[in-house]
Amino acid sequence: MVTDADPQFDPPEDSTTDAAAGELVNQTLTAAELAQDQSSGRSPVGLHVARAPEAGANAEAPSIVRLEGVSFYYGSFRAVKDISIDVRAHQITALIGPSGCGKSTLLRTINRMNDLIPGTRVEGRIRYHEEDLYAPYVDPVEVRRRIGMVFQKANPFPKSIYDNVAFGPRLNGFKGDLDGLVESSLERAALWGDVKDKLKTSGLSLSGGQQQRLCIARAIATEPEVILMDEPCSALDPRSTLQIEELMAELKEKYTIVIVTHNMQQAARASDRTVFMNMAEDRAGYVVEAGPTVGIFTDPRNQMTEDYVSGRFG
Amino acid sequence: MSNSQAITVGVVQGSLRRRRVDVAGTVFAAALLLSLLFTLAVLAILVGDQMTRGLPVLAERGTDFFSASLSSRPAQAGIAQGLIGTAMLTAMVALLAFPIGILTAIYLEEYAPNTGLTRFIAINIRNLAGVPSVVYGLLGLAVFVALFRALGVGTGRNILSGGLTLAVLVLPLVIITSAEAIRAVPNTIREAGYGIGASRWQVVRQLVLPSAVPGILTGTVLALARALGETAPLILAGAVLGSFSTGGSLGDLFGGPYTALPVIVYDWARKPQEEFRALTSAAILVLLAVTIIANGFAIFLRNRYDRRW
Repeated sequence: MVTDADPQFDPPEDSTTDAAAGELVNQTLTAAELAQDQSSGRSPVGLHVARAPEAGANAEAPSIVRLEGVSFYYGSFRAVKDISIDVRAHQITALIGPSGCGKSTLLRTINRMNDLIPGTRVEGRIRYHEEDLYAPYVDPVEVRRRIGMVFQKANPFPKSIYDNVAFGPRLNGFKGDLDGLVESSLERAALWGDVKDKLKTSGLSLSGGQQQRLCIARAIATEPEVILMDEPCSALDPRSTLQIEELMAELKEKYTIVIVTHNMQQAARASDRTVFMNMAEDRAGYVVEAGPTVGIFTDPRNQMTEDYVSGRFG
Repeated sequence: MSNSQAITVGVVQGSLRRRRVDVAGTVFAAALLLSLLFTLAVLAILVGDQMTRGLPVLAERGTDFFSASLSSRPAQAGIAQGLIGTAMLTAMVALLAFPIGILTAIYLEEYAPNTGLTRFIAINIRNLAGVPSVVYGLLGLAVFVALFRALGVGTGRNILSGGLTLAVLVLPLVIITSAEAIRAVPNTIREAGYGIGASRWQVVRQLVLPSAVPGILTGTVLALARALGETAPLILAGAVLGSFSTGGSLGDLFGGPYTALPVIVYDWARKPQEEFRALTSAAILVLLAVTIIANGFAIFLRNRYDRRW
């Protein structure tokens, strides 16, 4: 079985320099493929050379977002405390845990969505390609272009299907083949077949599952690198849920996905790594255990994790 | 077995057939209907009364009533100056109060930090909407009339003073209704916009405002309808009671004496000659028609831009 050392995050010293990384690519690739094959039984994914791969000692996929001792406050209330986790490139990282443990809050710190709520504060570091996302000179708008988001409730704009997908590229002043981009985005969101004859109709006329896939198409049309998904299937029927999960498995070839889910089967089925969070006495969420999904579900280290994944609490 | 079954059936039937008259419910429904009928009756009597008196004048005078100037002789008196005045006042309110009011509402809803000061300002804007209009008239007299007199624009009792006074009067109304329309836009839309990397300006301009347009339009046109009917502030801000002659020049139009439809109604209603009663009713009918057209325009705009969520 997995002999992952379960590091909550790779210490920064582990990362090689970019120059060295270039030469190490082949090696890294193989190592990463092997590691993935062993850890999740899923087909290996291609690693992009440009994405600064990092040859970790444990030969895992390189980390793209790294949370270092992150705490988040609503006013004086600490919603999550001292979170240190790693989000690895081209993997699906699932955040699970009982209601109110701060999964969504944590997710929304990653693309600075919480900036929009007055009176909130982040402590610790969130690094994205080694850049501190909360440094004063970082533009939160640019952060959200690179780290897209899909919300719990499908929220298409009250515009046509086409305009929904084209909205982000137009914001960025996209000059190329917009029709082609809309088509490929809808294609990748597995929605093109359903809507190709009615691109001009309102996005709100679609069914719930289709709306959520439209939101995914809208998110990927801006070519983000990371997609955050906040319980994207909680309002969907099982069939639509399965479609979204299949879609996620395809999307991770190109993107990195972090998903918050209440559904443990979903985490077990669809994710590569799982972060289990719980609420402490002071109602602040913290990470109980994090690691490859197979390990969390079959051989958890922590009794609490075992109780949770086996359905004994939460 | 069959015995117990029979008892059960009997009990069920007994309770099912116990239908009685719901006295309180019926009384309540009747009260609701009576209230509605009372309102409609008052309106019908009012309009009917004015119509029986005013329609003959409109029929007899025809377009002359609309094109003639004010006069102390009932047979020649017309409302042309009032129509021009009301049209110009409406335009000034639309040009001044709408942009300032809508921009203020956007600032309060989308940009202002949620501090005690912001809430204090918001509450006071609501209070301003409740201030009697005659108080705004005093403001117009003390500020705008004095200002234009100091600037040498005639006596200062001109349509600019009147328009500014009405604009200030409806400003709180425009702000409140626009702010409510903006607040009614679901937050999920804003989140969706920010989530794909839109800036605040882009979210406001491309997502929030288009969705709020129907509500904003409705509110602003209703504010306009309110301004159309105001009399007291205009009289204080220098609208002329009685007749005057209008010069043709642009300077006279903006700097000379002015009046408006509701002011004419007020003036004529006080005149001793019996003939002015009918003229007053005719002017009221015109004012009502203008207001109904404004409201109809608001409904048209709302339906046209309405979006379903």
